[in-house]
Amino acid sequence: MADPGQGMRVGLFATCVNDLMFPETARAATQLLRRLGCEVVFPPGQTCCGQMMTNTGYFKAALGAVKAYANAFEGCDVVVAPSGSCVASVRHQHAMLARGGGSAKLVDRVETAAAKTYDITEFLVDRLGVTDVGAFFPHRVTYHPSCHSARLARLGERPYQLLRAVRGLELLDLPDAEQCCGFGGTFSVKNPDVSVALAADKAANVVATGAEYVVAPDNACLMNIGGVLTRGRAAVKPIHLVEILAQTEEDHR
Amino acid sequence: MSAIAPPFPEAARKQLANPQLRANLRRATSTIKAKRALRQAEMADWEELRAAAAAIKDRMISQMDVYLEQAEAALTRAGAQVHWARDADEANSVVTALVQATGATEVVKVKSMLTQEIGLNDALRRAGIAPFETDLAELIVQLGHDTPSHILVPAIHRNRAEVREIFLAEMGLVGRPAPPDLSSDPNDLAAAARAHLREKFLRAKVGISGGNFLIAETGTLVVVESEGNGRMCLTLPETLISVVGIEKVLPTFQDLEVFMQLLPRSSTGERMNPYTSMWSGVTPGDGPSNVHVVLVAGGRLKALAEPAARPMLRCIRCSACMNTCPVYQKVGGHAYGSVYPGPIGIVLTPQFRGLDTPLDRSLPFACTLCAACADVCPVKIPLPDLIVRQRHKVAVAKTADLRPHLEVLAMAGAGWLFRRGWRLALAGWALSVVGRLRGARGAIGPLPWPMSRWTRARDLPAPPRQSFRAWWRRGSR
Ligand code: SF4
Repeated sequence: MADPGQGMRVGLFATCVNDLMFPETARAATQLLRRLGCEVVFPPGQTCCGQMMTNTGYFKAALGAVKAYANAFEGCDVVVAPSGSCVASVRHQHAMLARGGGSAKLVDRVETAAAKTYDITEFLVDRLGVTDVGAFFPHRVTYHPSCHSARLARLGERPYQLLRAVRGLELLDLPDAEQCCGFGGTFSVKNPDVSVALAADKAANVVATGAEYVVAPDNACLMNIGGVLTRGRAAVKPIHLVEILAQTEEDHR
Repeated sequence: MSAIAPPFPEAARKQLANPQLRANLRRATSTIKAKRALRQAEMADWEELRAAAAAIKDRMISQMDVYLEQAEAALTRAGAQVHWARDADEANSVVTALVQATGATEVVKVKSMLTQEIGLNDALRRAGIAPFETDLAELIVQLGHDTPSHILVPAIHRNRAEVREIFLAEMGLVGRPAPPDLSSDPNDLAAAARAHLREKFLRAKVGISGGNFLIAETGTLVVVESEGNGRMCLTLPETLISVVGIEKVLPTFQDLEVFMQLLPRSSTGERMNPYTSMWSGVTPGDGPSNVHVVLVAGGRLKALAEPAARPMLRCIRCSACMNTCPVYQKVGGHAYGSVYPGPIGIVLTPQFRGLDTPLDRSLPFACTLCAACADVCPVKIPLPDLIVRQRHKVAVAKTADLRPHLEVLAMAGAGWLFRRGWRLALAGWALSVVGRLRGARGAIGPLPWPMSRWTRARDLPAPPRQSFRAWWRRGSR
């Protein structure tokens, strides 16, 4: 395969959840982007999209993360994150937060940063023009589209296109796929009973597919679905989409 | 109700524990949700219609005063009497006085959200006037001494067997009893309701309605319904009192073409609803001769006062947002402690009532922000954004409280942590120490409070041995 990313310098936005709890996802994103020829940089000033504070209503507390984001990626042409949810927050919330708490200059800067921010599936399909990334994953999987990735970032068909091109992979339809898994950030602890009831439905639908893995473009949802799956001793394993895309035949040899 | 009602999470837990309710809700919401999606899919210009509806409503909202005065003039010209009410109390006393002036001691009612919102039935009862709901589902709710749990299908929480029991026990106490051999077959239930209601329609001197739309240029009121019971109330009595929210005004008659395509499809999943009644004032010899319209401001002024909150006034009460809401689907309407449940409810209720009670403060958080509602709303209300805005108001209120809230401290801490990359590096290091001490990765089971809110029914992944940042610093390979 040619190197569609040749000459591209990509700022990786790991996101706080991946940085702290799921480093394997951010590592997979790095490896995948490098394999496609991109130069990957990780500006260490980055922190988080601020969504947890924003969506709990603490706009002022979120502003620090918003500024850190604009500062950290100032020198990058494109920013890529393995999370449709964080990307959606950058695009839809940062300007609102900057307007509420900062100067017009800050609004400008966060809008510039937001305009060059992509979820990794968008970057691969739209910017690099690839759906076959040379991945190999000989397993039965089912895909949970994740609410923010599907309805806010509007990833659409991209994740499915990428998955269908993975060699050895069998993609099984998830019943009620677009239904929320019940995570909802702080909702999961403010309304734990409803959250768990929704996660249980999702987990049951996942198990019913007979898949070995449940795949999603966001680790927060996977943490929720996976939490119910392991508590119920189900054998299905959660895995982030980029971790599948990063694996090649060599890894399986 | 709000002063003693429990906050949403508690009320929700109670509803979740009711398997009958959950089964009824699942059946009802999934059927109606699928029908709506089907009706949307067959409309090639659905997105254009939504955009048009939003634009018409926004035009109305930005010049509401102009259109309301136009409506008042047109209504008056057509022989209707217009009354203005600043709030619920004023509206209730205007309506009560109007009924008393006719000498009637009972009224028949068309299903109306606004009269529920202002508590008109209670006000009438206090004045010795018996209000009879005539919408089948509202009748079930009223006979069952219950409160509505859905704005369109108020008895969505009841199934056929329950309805049969209510009819058998209660109908006879307020009018024509149900036949003693009543079965729970829907046709039988409907026949019993029809016989019970018919007696009321033929006797009633006063009808009370709401209104889905009020056309400013012609003074035309529009009621959209499915059963025809509304039509009976609108045409048979001598006196008709319509209680209408000020945001129901539409500039022109032609605007209706947009809303009549969107509303039935969004609410019941029908291409067209069976009965649409329109009337402009009085037509001699045809229908009510004494026509009143009470225009109610209520909490709507509070929404108008805040530009960012105004889109909530576009709502046409179709209920698509609640049918598609995962939280509503699980717990139903009662947990919200308001006549408006679901996504639009958790936006409207705190706007109208304020954020003084634990319940009202908990409402904006009764949502996973999954955004499914925003995709189905026919007037394109950005519900998730409005919900986040209500949360912001709660956060501001909590921050200003004299009593310290754990959440305020936690969020300030998170804000501090996420301001600088090195702070996150430190947090990553601390987590990796835990990760290394635990050895293998894998799931963490039940933990004490406050982690128990997560771990009571689901595991937590163990932290990794190395954060991503640390891996990157060590050469990223
Ligand atoms: S908010 Fe939108 S979807 Fe919900 S009831 Fe109102 S118009 Fe319908």
